[in-house]
Parts: sequence; C-alpha cells; structure tokens
Amino acid sequence: MIHQDSRTLLEVRGLRAVVNGIEILKGIDLTVRSGEVHAIMGTNGSGKSTFAKVLAGHSAYEVTGGSVIFEGHNLFDLKPEERARAGVFLAFQYPIEIPGVANSHFLRLAYNTVQEQRGQDELDPLEFDDFVREKMKLLEMNPDFLDRGVNEGFSGGEKKRNEILQMALLEPRVAILDETDSGLDIDALRIVTNGVNQLSTKDNAIILVTHYQRMLNYIVPDFVHVMHAGRIIKTGGKELALELETRGYDWVSAEQRAVAGA
Amino acid sequence: MVTSNSYLESLLQGRPQLPPSPLAWFNHLRANAVDRAGTLKVPTTRDEEWRFTDISPLAALSLKPVRAASSLEAADVERFYLPEAKNRLVFVDGVYMPHLSSPTGPDSAQDPEVVVVTDLSTAVLAHAKAIEPHLGRHAGFQDNLFAALNTAFLHDGAVIIAPRNVAVENPMHVLFIATQSGAASHPRCLFIAQDGSTVTILEDYVTLREDVYVTNAVTEVVLGNNAQINHIRVQRDSAQAFHIANCAVSLARSSRYRSVSVALGARISRYDLNTRLEDEGAECAIDGLALITGRQLADTHTCIDHAKPNGISRQSHKCIVDGAAQAVFNGKVLVRPGAQRTDSAQSSRNLLLSAKARVDTKPQLEIFADDVKCAHGATVGQLDNEELFYLKSRGLSEVAARNLLTYAFGAEIIERISIASLRHRLEQTALEQTKKTEL
Repeated sequence: MIHQDSRTLLEVRGLRAVVNGIEILKGIDLTVRSGEVHAIMGTNGSGKSTFAKVLAGHSAYEVTGGSVIFEGHNLFDLKPEERARAGVFLAFQYPIEIPGVANSHFLRLAYNTVQEQRGQDELDPLEFDDFVREKMKLLEMNPDFLDRGVNEGFSGGEKKRNEILQMALLEPRVAILDETDSGLDIDALRIVTNGVNQLSTKDNAIILVTHYQRMLNYIVPDFVHVMHAGRIIKTGGKELALELETRGYDWVSAEQRAVAGA
Repeated sequence: MVTSNSYLESLLQGRPQLPPSPLAWFNHLRANAVDRAGTLKVPTTRDEEWRFTDISPLAALSLKPVRAASSLEAADVERFYLPEAKNRLVFVDGVYMPHLSSPTGPDSAQDPEVVVVTDLSTAVLAHAKAIEPHLGRHAGFQDNLFAALNTAFLHDGAVIIAPRNVAVENPMHVLFIATQSGAASHPRCLFIAQDGSTVTILEDYVTLREDVYVTNAVTEVVLGNNAQINHIRVQRDSAQAFHIANCAVSLARSSRYRSVSVALGARISRYDLNTRLEDEGAECAIDGLALITGRQLADTHTCIDHAKPNGISRQSHKCIVDGAAQAVFNGKVLVRPGAQRTDSAQSSRNLLLSAKARVDTKPQLEIFADDVKCAHGATVGQLDNEELFYLKSRGLSEVAARNLLTYAFGAEIIERISIASLRHRLEQTALEQTKKTEL
C-alpha cells in the first residue's frame, strides 16, 4: 500500500530494449516505491514480459536507452545474479525444470547465496529443511516437492507455488511476478495470491505483470499501468483494471492515439 | 595402422597355461575361442562398428601376462566395498581372490532356495546344469575378437544365480581391481535370474594405480520368465587404461532388465551391450552416462533386439564431454518381423563443455513390423541459456550455475542407481568432475 515514509526502490526512465534487432521497449517510465503494488497489464506482445526480463537481466534483451535506478544503483551495472542478491526477484512465467537437482538442494543454494551476500547466517541441510517446510505452509505445498527435481513434472500450479516459495526464501525488495496467474485454477490462484499478500510488506514492492484482471481481485494493486507497443500509455488505480476487464484494451490505445494526434 | 599380428600374439602369449577342466564342453568352448581369436583381425576405423574409435594405441601396446595373484589385503581395497552388499566377489587383475570375497550358495545342490554367488571354477562344477546352456552361448565370439579372446582365457569369473521365485534382497557386488602395469585381464561374468526371481548386481571396475593396462570383459546376463535383474555397471579404470567390454542380455517372457552403466575412466573404453527380448512381454530399461575429459574416448554401442511381440524398451544415454575428449554412441533398436506392439523409446543427449570436445551419436532404428511405437532422438549441445538465466536470477554465479546444470545433466542418470551408497559416491564424483572454479 501507499504510505507516508516510503522510499523509492525502482526508478525507470525512458527504457528502451531490443531483442533480435527488433525494438520491443520504446521508452518506459515507472517509479516504484516501497510498500506499493503495481500491476502492469496489456495485450500479448505489448512488451510486459520483456520489461520483466530486462529488469532481471536476461542476456537475450539488449538495453538501448534509458536508465533504471534500483535503490540508488544503476541496475545495468549489475549482473543477473548480483541483481538477485541485491533484492530483485523475477517469478518466471514458465519456470525451468532441472531434473537431477533436488528442489531442496536448489532452494538452499539460492537461499544461502543471498544470505551470504547480506552477511547473514547460512543454513545447513537440516536447519534449512525446518526453515523451508515452515515457508511451504504459506503456500500449502506438500513437503514431497522438496525431494523432487527442480520443477520436474510439477503441474503449472505447482511450478507457480515453487516460484513464490523462492520469493518467500529470498525476501526481495522488488518482486516482479510475470503472469503468475496463468495456468492456475481458482484454488491455486487463491493460495498463490494469499502467499504473495503475506509476503508484501511496507519495505518491499511487487510488480504484477498480467493479462487478466482476475489476479487483482486477490492482490489489490495501488497502481494499474497499461502497456501498449512498448510504452506505458495509461496509469490509474485499481478501478482501471475493472474497466479493462469490461471494455478491453482497444479504447485505451484509441484514447492514446487521440491524445497523440491532438 | 599397426599390424594386428604382433598385438594378437602378445595377447595370446599372455594366456597362461590354463588347467583343463573336467568338463568336456568347457574345454571345447575355450578351444573354439582360441581358434576363432587366431583368425579374427583387430578392428580398425575402416570397420563400420569401429568407425569413430581408433584402437591402434591399444594394438601398439606390448602386454605381459598377469603375474600371480597380488598380495592385497582387505585394508587395501575395502574403500571400494559397499555397506549394502553382503555378498561380494573380488578379482584382482582378473584373478579370483577368495580371501577378499564373501561368496554364498546352498550347502547342497538339492537346496534350491539359496542364491549362488561364487567364482566360475567352483560354480561350473557345482552348478554345471545351470551354467552350461548359457556360458559362452549369449556373447557370441564368432565375429568378435575381444569376446573370443576373453573366452580363450576362460578360467576365473563371477557367477550369480538367483533361484526360481526368490527375490534376493541385498545387492551383489562383483569387483574387478586392476593393480598391474601393462597387464591384460579378461574379466568374465555370468548372471542368471531364474524364473520369477529378482536380483540387483553391481559390476564394478576400479584401479589402484593410474597406469596403462587392458581390461577385456565379457558379461552374460540371462533372465528367465518373469525374472528381474537390476544391473549396475561402473567403469572407473585408470585414465591411461584400455577398457573393452561386451555384455549380452537374454530376456525370456515378461522378464525385466534394468541397467545403468556409468563410464568415468579409461583412455579408450568401448562397451557393447546387446539386449535381446527373446519372448513376449519382455521389458528393458537401459541407461548410460559417460563423463569424460582430457584425451579420453568413451564409446558405447547398444543393440536392443525386439524379437517377439509386446516388448517394451527404454533407453536414455548421456555423455558429458570436456577437454579434448570424445564420446561415441551408437544405439540400434531392431524390431523383428512379428514383434508387433513393440513400444520403444530411445534418447541420446550430449553435453559438450569445451570447444575441443566431440560427440558422435547415431541412433539407429530398424523396424520390420508394422504395429509398433518407436521414438528416438539425439541432441548435442552446450548448457541451455534459459536454464542458466533461471539459476542466475536466483543469485547463483555463472560458474555455480554452470556447475550445477552440468552435474544435474549427469545426476539424472546416476539417480537411477538403486544402491544408495554407490549413488552418493557417484554423485560426489560427478560433482567434483563437473566442477569448475570461479574465475
């Protein structure tokens, strides 16, 4: 929620990025302050997921202009792993399966890497086991998922829970949730969003990238941004999402064209 | 090419004066193999089956006979033992070591309930009836020089017979230890699971010294109706050694053969695994991992022969190749006329970790029946960028992410090994061997 003594966590100015020589982001401006929940909505191909991946540092996307300041640092000076350790988290739309690595091993490795960076205690396998089981309760996850390969054979919903479990472990300052609602049935959506809400504090911020309004019934955004052709073309409150749900996206771009033409 | 004669002569000269067996068929088998070995040529890269594997360095070796059994004590080798394996057969440079072994068997041949784990010389007298139909009958040596040589040296060997309808609980460990420089040994195994029995067997090749030697192994595996064998094979020979092995598996009706083979050692290794589903409803799952570096070459040739209907075969073969090493995989799946409703899936996946690493992979389907389901695929590549990004986005460094993914690639095969202590040991080995240090 918006609150008085919030700090600016993320300052995006005029961000441009290309992939395979095609410009996808054409000048994005966004300010995210601690405690806030932002929803970025838009049609397929509007650039939402590209924006999420650029923030996390995916090498396939080349930043060609603009700046992103994360907690006072130039984000683009940091490698993806350094961003993660500094507190940027991306929940993947399609989490990767890694057979051969036990989920518990992977989760502990990630947790300890981030703990080390923050000068905090690392946990041995036994300590971590207790710790992670507690966190799993938040997402109503069966502890059996610790022993399986990372995301291996997980259903869509199980993968998304595993993503939010990682968010719970790494305690990021800015969490970007890329279409976390896709592929979830109504029960899983309730559980996952409940988990996210419990992880939301006045010191962190959440950016929800989504196509549909339905997740916003559960995680109420402070700001809703509409993305179109690589730009944020409209920003409003939570009621904007409802309007998009009933009217679709076309009117926003039409309005945008009218403003541009005037 | 080195001429084959000098090499063959040196190998055959290495043949000790083997005492004749009281069994005529046994002597006959050995004599046949000697004759055959004398007429076969050492394969070269001009032979299709050896196209990618140049064994001329092997032919250039001057080999010497294995000296009399070395004086190893349990303390020298017990680090290779497995806590799960109550019965163990140990061979040093191919020679059976009773004092290091813990064989078992019935007190009398009339006791049919007890598993037989013993050396070939003992077994061939006590269990001739069970052994004669199989020994030397599955691993043919008519066209296979190395199998012929092994059979020409037939003397010591490992015999395991799981009796009818007995599920043997503990795994059996057959351990071959190399200790002598320049020696050629000819390990021999015969594993029989009689109707309805189940047994897990580890065939394990290790060394006490990083040296040049030759291991030429032959293993025959026989499954009766409804029998089940879990066959684990680990080759951890010296990185200067030569390891040639032939394994022939025969599956009867509704039997199940599962094997996991891991090749870590040897300068040049070659493993030929021929699995024949001889009767209806047989199933096999054959998995392999070669993890090599430096100038190693690991060649795996497999053949899954579906001779009868309703057979199922699964195969996953993986190679992780670093340095200037080379891996070869040739996986043939043969579906004979009439083997209807065969269900076969094969995959060959290969990871190249350096610019000089090389893989030659050739899946080969030969299908002569019309109602079958056969899938196969092969990939060769580097680590996946999306997987790397996923790990890095969780804070892992580039190097840590690469190490973890490389390890995982191999661990997917290792984790199919049913013996926990061995699995952990190999996971540790894989972890160390795939680990690169931070720059």
